[in-house]
Amino acid sequence: MSGLDRLETRLRASRDAGRKLLVPYMTGGLPGWTDGVRAAAANGADVIEIGLPFSDPVMDGPVIQEASQKALDSGATPVSILEEIRTLDVEVPLVVMCYYNTIHHPGHQRFASMLESAGVWGAIVPDLPLEESGPWCEAADTHGVSTIMLAAPTAPDARLPRICARARGFVYSVGLLGVTGERTSLASTATELARRLKAVTDVPVIVGVGVSNAEQAVEACRVADGVVQGASVVRRFMASGADGVGDYVAEVRQALDRGI
Amino acid sequence: MSPTPSIMSQPSEAGRFGEFGGRFVPETLVPACQELEAAFTEAWADPLFRGELDAILKEYAGRPSILTECHQLGARLGIRLLLKREDLNHTGSHKINNVLGQTLLAKRMGKKRIVAETGAGQHGVASATAAALMGLECKVYMGAVDVERQALNVFRMKLLGAEVEAVHSGSRTLKDAVNEAMRDWVASVESTHYCLGSVMGPHPYPWMVREFHRVIGDEAFAQCQDRIGDVPDVVVACVGGGSNAIGIFSGFVDTRARLIGVEPAGGAAVGRGQPGVVHGMRSYLMQDEYGQVLEAHSVSAGLDYPGVGPEHSYLASIGRAEYPTVTDAEVIEAFQLMARTEGIIPALECAHAVAWITREAPKMQGQTILMNLSGRGDKDVGQMMEILG
Repeated sequence: MSGLDRLETRLRASRDAGRKLLVPYMTGGLPGWTDGVRAAAANGADVIEIGLPFSDPVMDGPVIQEASQKALDSGATPVSILEEIRTLDVEVPLVVMCYYNTIHHPGHQRFASMLESAGVWGAIVPDLPLEESGPWCEAADTHGVSTIMLAAPTAPDARLPRICARARGFVYSVGLLGVTGERTSLASTATELARRLKAVTDVPVIVGVGVSNAEQAVEACRVADGVVQGASVVRRFMASGADGVGDYVAEVRQALDRGI
Repeated sequence: MSPTPSIMSQPSEAGRFGEFGGRFVPETLVPACQELEAAFTEAWADPLFRGELDAILKEYAGRPSILTECHQLGARLGIRLLLKREDLNHTGSHKINNVLGQTLLAKRMGKKRIVAETGAGQHGVASATAAALMGLECKVYMGAVDVERQALNVFRMKLLGAEVEAVHSGSRTLKDAVNEAMRDWVASVESTHYCLGSVMGPHPYPWMVREFHRVIGDEAFAQCQDRIGDVPDVVVACVGGGSNAIGIFSGFVDTRARLIGVEPAGGAAVGRGQPGVVHGMRSYLMQDEYGQVLEAHSVSAGLDYPGVGPEHSYLASIGRAEYPTVTDAEVIEAFQLMARTEGIIPALECAHAVAWITREAPKMQGQTILMNLSGRGDKDVGQMMEILG
């Protein structure tokens, strides 16, 4: 691969135009989930993260666990979700979040090729740390799929540049010590880690995990280039469907646009 | 010339046993795993740490555990049957070996709190016990199904001052208890040590837990030399994650003894699984065509696990150990057989090993079989009362 990948190119362009990046998350395979993705796309998302449900989601808190289980119970599989992604008519880049066994089972090359042919731009693999990521990242690179690396607050300084060097698209800056889910306030680690990352990389830095509302998104974006909105989006989807997602994404978008 | 290295030597730098093992954890936990690896490596080479652990194992846990010959059952089956009596350790199972090692290490690392997962409750009870002894806070995650079928152990843990949380997600058994313990650790990693209960999880756990259980194999090897002047023909243990099996195998892996790890038919990771990645390790795993982890089903809560420790996958892949299965019905039969013929009530987990020995005895006539009796069956009496009516 030469130069920047298409996801990073696109996100840098938005960032450089002064826009804060908004990445809503949806659990793939929930009944009606594609409407949720469309609603997010229509209301100001820059990238949409689609979770491929897994039986043992160790990085996820109660809301996304419940959504994953519901999706699995309704018969969703990685293949069925990727098939729906292929036919999804949205302009916003889509990336998947999947646990490593979902990749390992079909094999690196095959899974990367499945993502490529579904039109997926990138992949976030929360249980695949830097040291284990080599074979997957190479396969993903070959197929034009950006592997979005995660960085955690526990990382010593020396580790961050190595993670950023391997990151494609953006760096996922984990906002707190803990699993996904809404919190009453933004953890101090969210801006601390984003600041440490910004000091060592020019790759867009997007904070996820524990960024729970528009106000916290604005707070995180005082340092970071953008935010992921996970449990807050999924909870609204499960309570009030695609309309709930559209309203919420629009609210966060507006706050980010005027907020800084 | 240097001696041939043991088949069970240290894993590679990347934590691999052959192509199994590794460290597939969220980024948040990587520094903690690295810190643990460094701390264990240093402690294990430190005679002071080793001396302190040996003293606690002797004076608190009651080691060495004895070797008992089953004269009646042996005569009935046409074999010579020796039991390594890990059931006689304090807290009633082999789990105490690992837990005392890990809690001593946790203290050395300055941790104030441990979290643990448990299936049958044996590791939970051992963890709660060691935490009480060492002055550590302790939280145990246990699947809601297991909380129900092992109520006595839940109460024991609470008596020992531990907090027990029932896990209602997924299959509500051991696999989900591991998930929840890992989620806790992700949030609490700075103050907390994850006291993992088997030879599984991310590197260095499979290696570290094996080393803490090596004492079983070392003692058994010496006791067999003493008693029969030889190694046994066959060494048998039950396998869930596989810690008691690894412990006893470690004493015999470089000898001529056959090594048998008995899995439950409903949780046969080696027998029915394919290589997969969950709970931080690459190992044999029961999974569906998309890589979703399947629920195990076994009468024994301690073996109700769809995966297996990576070193077992390695031993299976090179053909050094065999991993047959037995059914719940065979296990229930074997549980009663050992009670009646020897006056020993085995844990349901160990009854898997008894069941295999009973079934295969006709093919092993005259041979000496060493079985790891890794836990006592008192905890299973309530459940058996219901099963047997």
